[in-house]
Amino acid sequence: REETSDRERGRGAIGVSEKMTFTIPIENGNGVKNAEADSQRTLYPYVTGTSVVAIKYKDGILMASDMGGSYGSTLRYKNIERMKAIGKHSLLGASGEISDFQEILRYLDELMLNDNMWDDGNSLGPKEVHNYLTRVMYNRRNKFNPLWNTLVLGGVKNGEKYLGMVSMIGVSFEDNHVATGFGNHLARPILRDEWREDLSFEEGVKLLEKCMRVLLYRDRSAINKLQIAKMTEEGVTVSEPYSLKTFWDFKAFTNPTVGAEGSW
Amino acid sequence: MFRNQYDTDVTTWSPTGRLFQVEYAMEAVKQGSAAIGLRSRSHVVLACVNKAQSELSSHQRKIFKVDDHIGVAIAGLTADGRVLSRYMRSESINHSFTYESPLPVGRLVVHLADKAQVCTQRSWKRPYGVGLLVGGLDESGAHLYYNCPSGNYFEYQAFAIGSRSQAAKTYLERRFESFGDSSREDLIKDAILAVRETLQGETLKSSLCTVSILGVDEPFHFLDQEAIQKVIDTFEKVPEEDEGEGEADEGEAEAAAAAPAEQGGGAGAGDQDVAPMEM
Repeated sequence: REETSDRERGRGAIGVSEKMTFTIPIENGNGVKNAEADSQRTLYPYVTGTSVVAIKYKDGILMASDMGGSYGSTLRYKNIERMKAIGKHSLLGASGEISDFQEILRYLDELMLNDNMWDDGNSLGPKEVHNYLTRVMYNRRNKFNPLWNTLVLGGVKNGEKYLGMVSMIGVSFEDNHVATGFGNHLARPILRDEWREDLSFEEGVKLLEKCMRVLLYRDRSAINKLQIAKMTEEGVTVSEPYSLKTFWDFKAFTNPTVGAEGSW
Repeated sequence: MFRNQYDTDVTTWSPTGRLFQVEYAMEAVKQGSAAIGLRSRSHVVLACVNKAQSELSSHQRKIFKVDDHIGVAIAGLTADGRVLSRYMRSESINHSFTYESPLPVGRLVVHLADKAQVCTQRSWKRPYGVGLLVGGLDESGAHLYYNCPSGNYFEYQAFAIGSRSQAAKTYLERRFESFGDSSREDLIKDAILAVRETLQGETLKSSLCTVSILGVDEPFHFLDQEAIQKVIDTFEKVPEEDEGEGEADEGEAEAAAAAPAEQGGGAGAGDQDVAPMEM
């Protein structure tokens, strides 16, 4: 029957770590229709980006992400820009399905185009873009066809700094520092201890690099090629890609199982 | 304006390039009771004259809150005005819901104007018979717009519409250059004085006018009767003492009354001529 084969297909497919079985039993007696309907919804992501980390600092927002796109457990793409400027005032970073991120960029492109066409001295700032995205993500979630992303939206407008996050199920909030995916578990504890109001640019970058280094060591889908983006009143700049210095000669890394439970 | 062969349909042009039905709709605005708007850099005041159909009835509402940062005063067919206010509230709230941010008033008036234009280009519709004075805030500060049944909109520092509005306009023309930097209190006083001009001799009482204000850091709200009466008392009570204002104002009022504008004369002479649809 159509339904069982869908489920089996889902389980074995690519071994994607974030996979969730998303099949909904639809009782309409017509097996063929089910398969077609299901193939229209997003069931699981294919090419994914990993964490994005962002903080507020003295002059605005700093955001960091690596340039990797994983195809399940394969680190397939190594030159994906997961942070893009939106208009003059905002920056969007995304983790999750890359094609859905590109779709979101198309929506925002249209939004900003219409905003610019008004040509009236008013413009959509980061708060407005964040709320628009929240509406989009939540509505897609309600249709059981989510955009499989966690988005970080930051910006500065009229001196006011804004940093917020929207998840694929439409959960949305603002904070002084945000992260997605593994960043929530590895980076945010560091930020909770070490973030302060009025960090200078250098201090902010150092803090973000500390978080990204931990993620590089501990997240298997992270690669050592990252970008840091800066948002201030003047505008948005995304840095050139660069690598972090790593040290793999810790005794625990060279001989990981020494002293482990049950080893000899 | 006289009846002619080209005025039956809104979609018929006259040989001189006029749409008579649209112009007739603008006449309806001139028949309504006066509405006045003025703005400074940070505040907008909307005021209107309360006309009740009879002593037994209450007066019709002519000023509506569209949002905390936008208000509208209407003149003309109040039913049309009510429907358009509901549309404005709807647009404003939809924008707030999606963007969590107030709809810039400049964008709202364009939506409104486009809506009015549609009615000038469909044979099965008629133009809205109401003029709207829209006051509101956007990123660049306080603004006042006038939306016409023709689908045009204009921005003003101060304006008056409806019957006997010419008297108010004359007063405002004399004073508008100072409005930009006016304090909130002076702006309210000027609005009430402009309303007085349209009454042409009738004593100004707080029951005869409605005044509303909005500004940066001040959401749209109506002024209550006592507040209005207090302002009236500053210039009505002792006209001889208050030389700088009282006498000058009395002089202006007399000059304005002596030369009624054509709509002032027409509407004033026969309030019985006013269509029952309008207050």
